[in-house]
Amino acid sequence: MPMQLNRDDLIRAYRSMATIRRFEERVQEEFSKGGIPGFVHLYAGEEASAVGVCQHLGPKDYIASTHRGHGHSIAKGCDVGGMMKELFAKQGGLCGGKGGSMHIADLDQGMLGANGIVGGGPPLVVGAALTAKTLGNGHVAVCFSGDGASNQGTTFEALNMAVVLKLPAIFVFENNQYGEGTGFSYHCGSRDIAGRAAGFGLPAVKVNGDNFFEVHEAAHEAIERARSGGGPSAIEVDTCRFYGHHSGDAQLYRGKDEVKNLREQRDCLKHFRTRVSEAALLEADALDAVDAEVAALVDRAIVDARAAESPDASELLTHVYVSY
Amino acid sequence: MPLKSIRQALNEALAQEMRRDPTIIVIGEDVAGGAGSDGQRDAYGGVLGVTKGLIGEFGEARVIDTPITESAIMGAAAGAAVTGLRPVAELMFSDFFGVCFDQIFNQAAKFRYMFGGKAKTPLVIRTMIGAGRSAAAQHSQSPYGIFTAVPGLKCVVPSNAYDAKGLLIQAIRDDDPVIFCEHKLMYDLRAEVPDEPYTIPFGEANVVRDGNDVTVVALARMVHYAMTAADELSKDGIEIELIDPRTTSPLDEDTILESVERTGRLVIVDEATPRCSIATDIAALVADKAFAALKAPIRRVTAPHTPVPFAPDLEKLYIPSPEKIAAAVREVYGYGR
Repeated sequence: MPMQLNRDDLIRAYRSMATIRRFEERVQEEFSKGGIPGFVHLYAGEEASAVGVCQHLGPKDYIASTHRGHGHSIAKGCDVGGMMKELFAKQGGLCGGKGGSMHIADLDQGMLGANGIVGGGPPLVVGAALTAKTLGNGHVAVCFSGDGASNQGTTFEALNMAVVLKLPAIFVFENNQYGEGTGFSYHCGSRDIAGRAAGFGLPAVKVNGDNFFEVHEAAHEAIERARSGGGPSAIEVDTCRFYGHHSGDAQLYRGKDEVKNLREQRDCLKHFRTRVSEAALLEADALDAVDAEVAALVDRAIVDARAAESPDASELLTHVYVSY
Repeated sequence: MPLKSIRQALNEALAQEMRRDPTIIVIGEDVAGGAGSDGQRDAYGGVLGVTKGLIGEFGEARVIDTPITESAIMGAAAGAAVTGLRPVAELMFSDFFGVCFDQIFNQAAKFRYMFGGKAKTPLVIRTMIGAGRSAAAQHSQSPYGIFTAVPGLKCVVPSNAYDAKGLLIQAIRDDDPVIFCEHKLMYDLRAEVPDEPYTIPFGEANVVRDGNDVTVVALARMVHYAMTAADELSKDGIEIELIDPRTTSPLDEDTILESVERTGRLVIVDEATPRCSIATDIAALVADKAFAALKAPIRRVTAPHTPVPFAPDLEKLYIPSPEKIAAAVREVYGYGR
């Protein structure tokens, strides 16, 4: 097993991935029932990416996220109860119910926000990395983007600027094969995000996102390079999503049995369980206990979120400015 | 008190603030100039010399030359601001907001609200506005009305060197994102400017000239054109009260309304185009809140609803003139008499 992950590390990784999976599956159910306003974009299927990267980060390291931000938030340490309340637009939500799923953020955990703009995050991560470099505090900034954002001009500008200023930034492209409902093989001219990133002059690798350990290893190398002053890197994670672009997407663009096959063949949690069991690192009982624990955590978060109050009407006018 | 140009006043404000606070950085295209070349470092010091000399004192880590990459500059500044720096980013020409507005409009301006009050984004974007140099349609606009319309942004439009220094220091110390508009024809305009640092609060208009006949509200270069008109009008016994709001967001509504309550007559002068503009906004404000005081229709003297033309003769027609301002004041002054 690479990286000499100890038992606690493995449990922590599995707990994080399992929490994301449970969170997204329950959000899908609750969204269908009603009660979650707006749009939610679910991360199930991609857990190994967020967790494989964020395992190397502390609360003072920064991440920027995408529309599909629940997984990154959980992996970065955001409170699941506060997240669920935010999705339900309730008091006590991470953003007081004023951001919602698409803008979920927690600066105390270094989570600079999901982003409603595809390609909105990369320039911001350049800035967070510039802060780290200027203050010389050894922190790094990670930008999660989808394959869709890999085509945005802001992404190209950010990659170049990170190289020019030699910033401690890591650009993780989660290639789930779809930009909304348009396939990767159509929308990405070179069909090679890592190769395109490398063209900007930074080390770029492609990893299998079904394999937590592969993501973890690549992220370790990139993050250590950034921390030690070696500049930015890019990682393309080949992954898949088990739900549509957003919850409620009829997914007419998918092939027959595509999702069924993905769930059977490309489930990064199943892959993790198999690996750690075969290597006799964790027993099934321990993993089952984690599943039960996170199920209870997420289920309680939903009960609490449903019971919580909506924001007070006075909140409409607060937090536009620090002072005005 | 020493006379200084707006260029000198801004440079002094930046240098004094950077000495005070090591988290302040300056970032933009050619803010020093000469990076990666065989010639001089600090070759430009900003295309109009505002940031000249800063790299010598503060070094490359705090005076950061970037590629021509406005989205990355604005995003870097927004991301740095929300994580602990106080960046002063330069958007060379305000017209260029068209290529990078997402980072300002959807990101920096909205962090605090979207994140439930947890974010502070102490960001200053210095940018050039104004027609009059035949720089044509993509280097001559005054889009402060667009910035003003965005909740979460503040917008500063100084008209003289004293205000420029005090407002820039205020902008740097402010915890919200501020767009700081500098008129490209005014950098050499001199005024008495104290050597020591000082601030001018946002949302406090300057009453440039007292008068009881007609209230005139003007910004930036138009303040000076309105003063020229005022001298002419005074010869005929018409005394305008000239108000320079100095900041369009926040806007000092009280000073404008109190003046109109007294004069009953209002002319607004604005170098920007008239639709959904500052001039229109102030007209609506007064129609809303001081209708009973009005003795004449409100008149707006603005650019036409066109792009900025290149030909010098056309550009002269585009920009409001002292003559047009005086004519509007006379019309409003004479209404109903």
